[in-house]
Amino acid sequence: MSNVLIIAEAFKGQVRRASLHALGAGQQLAKRTGGALHVVLLGKGIGEAGKSLSTFGATVHVADAEALAAPLAEAHAPVVVELARAIGATWLGAAATAYGKDLTPRAAALLDAAMATEVIAFTGEGAAVLFRRPMWAGNVLADVELTTAVKAFTIRPTEFAAAAAGAAGEVKAAAVNVPTLKSRYVSFTEVKSERPELTEARVVVAGGRGTKGDFKPLEALADALSGAMGASRAAVDAGWAPNDWQVGQTGKVVAPDLYVAAGISGAIQHVAGMKGSKVIVAINKDPEAPIFQIADYGLVGDLFKILPELVAKVKANH
Amino acid sequence: MALKIMVTVKRVEDPESKIRVKPDGSGIVTDGVNYKMNPFDEIGVEEGLRLKEAHGGEVLVVSIGGEKSATEIRAALAMGADRGVLVRHDGPLDPVVVSNILAKVYELEKPDLVLLGKQSIDDDQNQAGQYLAARLGLPQGTFASKTESLESEAEQKKVPGLKLSSDGKRLVVVREIDGGVETIDLSLPAVVTVDLRLNKPRFASLPGIMKAKKKELKELQAAALGADLTPRVVVKLLASPPARKGGLKVADVEELWKKLHEEAKVV
Repeated sequence: MSNVLIIAEAFKGQVRRASLHALGAGQQLAKRTGGALHVVLLGKGIGEAGKSLSTFGATVHVADAEALAAPLAEAHAPVVVELARAIGATWLGAAATAYGKDLTPRAAALLDAAMATEVIAFTGEGAAVLFRRPMWAGNVLADVELTTAVKAFTIRPTEFAAAAAGAAGEVKAAAVNVPTLKSRYVSFTEVKSERPELTEARVVVAGGRGTKGDFKPLEALADALSGAMGASRAAVDAGWAPNDWQVGQTGKVVAPDLYVAAGISGAIQHVAGMKGSKVIVAINKDPEAPIFQIADYGLVGDLFKILPELVAKVKANH
Repeated sequence: MALKIMVTVKRVEDPESKIRVKPDGSGIVTDGVNYKMNPFDEIGVEEGLRLKEAHGGEVLVVSIGGEKSATEIRAALAMGADRGVLVRHDGPLDPVVVSNILAKVYELEKPDLVLLGKQSIDDDQNQAGQYLAARLGLPQGTFASKTESLESEAEQKKVPGLKLSSDGKRLVVVREIDGGVETIDLSLPAVVTVDLRLNKPRFASLPGIMKAKKKELKELQAAALGADLTPRVVVKLLASPPARKGGLKVADVEELWKKLHEEAKVV
């Protein structure tokens, strides 16, 4: 049997949207290889979230236990591994979120599986699946073969459609055997925002060095368009924007309908995180900035003058 | 309470270099490409040095690769690390092979802490640290960061972002994760992978560079360590990503609005 096991992620009692994209990737794999699709959700008090996964043609395994309340890879990995062995999983996947990237390689190592990170497509022929993934900050796309019996991967949620509705799946309780832990969970400080989640927003307004640390005009535009805020690495390093705003190969990868890059020069690293956007607008004082080469619409000028004008336009038309 | 810290460094293409794929897709064009220490590993070296400066101990730098990887070890020694180990291996380095080799070095050296960059900027896999922790049965703290900015006073004073407990047996790691910041506490020995905002690495001083030449750099042969060196992640074909067509400039906000509203229909 060549079964597929997808690790879903619970956050505040709900399944993260990115997990549905991982499940979509799982559906593709199951179809290609003829295996059965399974999904596991780990945490504490996640029964309802587990049930919400039962409409995608997958068997749902819910590992609901106090020992799994905190998302520690050291605690979650052995549960995933035991389940993967029990159901004969040869494919182990998750979304490339912080949780997925922390946990999946640890579980993969325990299963003697090799792994491909941030997969954007399954290529190859039939059951001989190759994993297409970016390397060198997205400057290169590689088709990679994993030669181990069990193969692990994380997918980039923007590159796979969310799971399609399917047959009702059975919901089962997974065995939870957690050894004595050497890591302890201390705290989680949520960064609260009224704005949509960066990786799920329809509109992203991002700023770089050209903002000189003043993001207010960008925030006004983001709010007028109900969008999320983003930033270049330079702006985050300077302490002008919070870490979780960073868009780029080393930050978040986004693909909104509209991406407005204001005062961003367009370093390769940044472009790798936003070039999948449907429409890119660049606003920059420097007409030679590389961002203009990839922008659908470029406007050379002072963002502090342009953005308020654009906000006025949006407000006048809504 | 002195800490023995093992830090890994990888020789990678300079992130500022233009990376092009060979016409037959078998690899990248290396002519004219510069090499340097993986930027995430520089942050690992810096953090190791700060921990040593705060608590005493030793910073051991480990690299795997051909003889040229000695350059990156020397660079870390010039920053202030104490000694280096180069594990010679000319075959492909995937995270499985790398973690197999590092596990053997760990057994030889028995450090209290292993610091790795969260990913290397060539294959961008972000796996080696997690694999190593799993193989060794150690706790892991991935994507270590800190809440203070890189302009903060703590950063100016080179305070370690990783906090050692007063008994020296545990390490507190602040992690940057989706939707917020998580704090975990690991019993040592442990594996920690470092993210961008943990620190700003120092530059090597001229005396540092001179001293580095005299520091110990031991060579080991990967095959002699008894590690499984069979590649498990095999790159079959490389290609350039599809180019994005851009470059259109608009004259003013009026025209931009028209394009967005009437042509692209995204607002």
